[in-house]
Amino acid sequence: MLGSGLIQGLAVTAKNFVKSFHDPARLVTVEYPEQKTKLPENYRNFPFLVYDGDQAIDGLRCVACKICEAECPPQCIYIIPDRDEKGRPTKKPKVFDLDISVCMSCQICVEVCPFDAIKMDQHFEIATAERFNALLLHREDLAKSDAYFHTLHPTEAAQVDAVLAEAKRRTEAKARPAAPAAVPATPTAPAAPAAKPPEPPPPAV
Amino acid sequence: MSASVSVLLPPLAAGQVGDSALLERLPLMARDLLTAGLSEPWRWLANSLITIGAVIVIFASLFALLTLVERKVLGRVQNRPGPNRTGWGGILQPLADGIKMLTKEDIVPRSADRLLHFLAPVTLLALSVITFAVIPYGRHLVPVELDAAVLYFFAAGAATELAIFMAGWSSHNKYSLLAAMRALAQLISYELPLLLAFVPVIMLAGSLSTTAIVAAQGGWLWNFIPQWHVLTPPGFAGFVIFMVAALAESNRSPFDLPEAESELIAGHLTEYSGFKYALFFMAEYFGMCALSGMAVTLFLGGWQAPLPVLEFVPSYLWFAAKLLLVLLGFIWIRATFPRLRIDQLTRLAWKFLVPLALINLGTAAFWSLTHDWAGPMQLVRWGGVSLAPSSDVRRPRPGHQRGIAPRTYRYA
Repeated sequence: MLGSGLIQGLAVTAKNFVKSFHDPARLVTVEYPEQKTKLPENYRNFPFLVYDGDQAIDGLRCVACKICEAECPPQCIYIIPDRDEKGRPTKKPKVFDLDISVCMSCQICVEVCPFDAIKMDQHFEIATAERFNALLLHREDLAKSDAYFHTLHPTEAAQVDAVLAEAKRRTEAKARPAAPAAVPATPTAPAAPAAKPPEPPPPAV
Repeated sequence: MSASVSVLLPPLAAGQVGDSALLERLPLMARDLLTAGLSEPWRWLANSLITIGAVIVIFASLFALLTLVERKVLGRVQNRPGPNRTGWGGILQPLADGIKMLTKEDIVPRSADRLLHFLAPVTLLALSVITFAVIPYGRHLVPVELDAAVLYFFAAGAATELAIFMAGWSSHNKYSLLAAMRALAQLISYELPLLLAFVPVIMLAGSLSTTAIVAAQGGWLWNFIPQWHVLTPPGFAGFVIFMVAALAESNRSPFDLPEAESELIAGHLTEYSGFKYALFFMAEYFGMCALSGMAVTLFLGGWQAPLPVLEFVPSYLWFAAKLLLVLLGFIWIRATFPRLRIDQLTRLAWKFLVPLALINLGTAAFWSLTHDWAGPMQLVRWGGVSLAPSSDVRRPRPGHQRGIAPRTYRYA
C-alpha cells in the first residue's frame, strides 16, 4: 500500500519515544559531571610521582637521576636534585616540575624510569583559569601515593610491586654477607664474598 | 474588530449552562473590565491592542514551549534525555536560548543589502503574525471576523515567500541565494496542493468565514460522532494533503530543504546571526502554529468538543488541545522522516498531491450534492467517494520508479 513504509517509520519512532520512558536501559547517555564511567585501566594521561608510606615528599621513589628529563621528547620535565649542607646529593628531587601544557602523555618517562617512581595518571579534568602557572605542576602536586597508583592501574601496580620486592630481596641478600645458613647451602660462587666480611657498603639500589 | 466581541456582551446567552458560558466569556469579560472606563473610539483601540498583545504573548510563549518540547521529544525518540541542564529538567532552556540569541553580535555582511537584510526577518515575522488574526480560538474568541477569512489567511501566508527570497537575495551569498531559490520553488509548488486541499471544506461548509466553517462542524451524529470535516471522505483526503503541504510550507522536516543544515550551511539563514536569526526561527514556528491552527479550524472541528458530555470544558481549551496535538504530530514527523531531494519534493507536489487534490474536489462536489441520499444509497455514496481518490493513489506513474532507483546521470 502507498505510504505503508511511512506508517512503519512512524511506529518505530513512537515505540522508541514510549519505551525510553519506562526502559532506563535504553537511555545510554552518561550525564557527565554527575555520573562518571570507570576509565579503562590502560587509559593514561599525564605522569605523577609515586611515594611510599605516609610522607608525600619524603617517601618519593624518585632519586632525581634526571633520566626522564633527558628522555622526555617535548622536554616538559625540569628537575633540580636536592643536596645536603655538604653539597652531596641526597637522592631526592628539590624541584620536580612538569608542564602539562607541553606534556603529550607519551609514557616514555615511565618506561625509562629505573625506580618505578613516575607513573601515568588518569586525571583529565585539567581546565584552569590560568594558562601558565596553573598548568605547571610542582613536586607537591605530582606526588601521589602508591595506593592511588593501585586504584588506577592494579595490574601494572602488582607487577611493579613484584619487581620492587624482588629487588629488595636481592639487595638484602647481598647486604647480609655473613648469613650462616647460606654458606653451607650454596658452596658456589655467590658464597665467595662471604669469606671476606669487611667490604665497603653495598652499592645503591 | 469583530462585531461579536467589540460590544459588551450580555451576561449570559440563553439556553447555556451558567458555568460553561461564564468560562467561555471569561477572557472577554476580563478585557471589557480593563477597558470599561474608556470612551468609544479609545475603547475600540484598547480592545484591539489587548487582543493583539494577547495573541502575540500566547503564541510567543507557545513558541518557547515548542522549542523545548521539540528538543525533548526528539531526544526521547533517539533515546536521549534531551536538554536538562537549565532549570528544572531543562524548563528554562528557551529562556537561556533567548538570552544567548539577544546578546549575540548581529553581523551584517559588508556586501549585503543592509536595508533588505534587516527587513527580511521583520517582514517574515509580521506576515506570520497577521495570519493569527482570523483563527477562531474559541466560541467567542476570534480577533478579526472576516467573510473571506480563509482567503486572507492563505494570502498572508503566501506572502512569507517574498520575505524568504528577500533574505536570500540581500545576503549576497551564493549559498543563501541558492537556498532561497529552492525555498521559492518548494513554497510555490506546495502552495497549490495547500489551496486545493481546503476547497472541499469550503464546499462542505459553504463559506469562506472561519467562524462559519467551525459552526458547520458542530453537532454530533447519533450523539457521539462529531461532524468534523476530517471524518468525511473528502475532508479526510483534504486533511492529509493539507498536512503534507503544511509541512512543506512551514519548511519542516522532511521538506526542510531551504535550510538543509547538512547541505546548504543554513540556507537563506546563512548570513543571519543573533536575534535576526531568532526572528526567522520564531517566524517559522509561528507559521507552523498558524497552519496547525488553520488545520484544526478547517478539518478538526475548531473549538468544538469531541463529545457532547465534554462540552463543559471551555471551547478555547479544546482548540488549544487540538493545536498541541497537531504540533506534536509535526514533531513526530520530524523525528521520523529523512529529508527529500529537491526533485522528489517537486515530484511529490506536482505528480501526486495536485492530482489527488483535484480528484478530491470532484469527490467533495459529489459528496455535498448527495448529502440527502439515505438507506442503500448511502453505500453508493461512500463507495463513490472512496473509489475516486484511489484512482490517483493506485494509478501507474511513469517515472515513479525513477524516484526510488539510483539516479542516472546523462551528460551532454
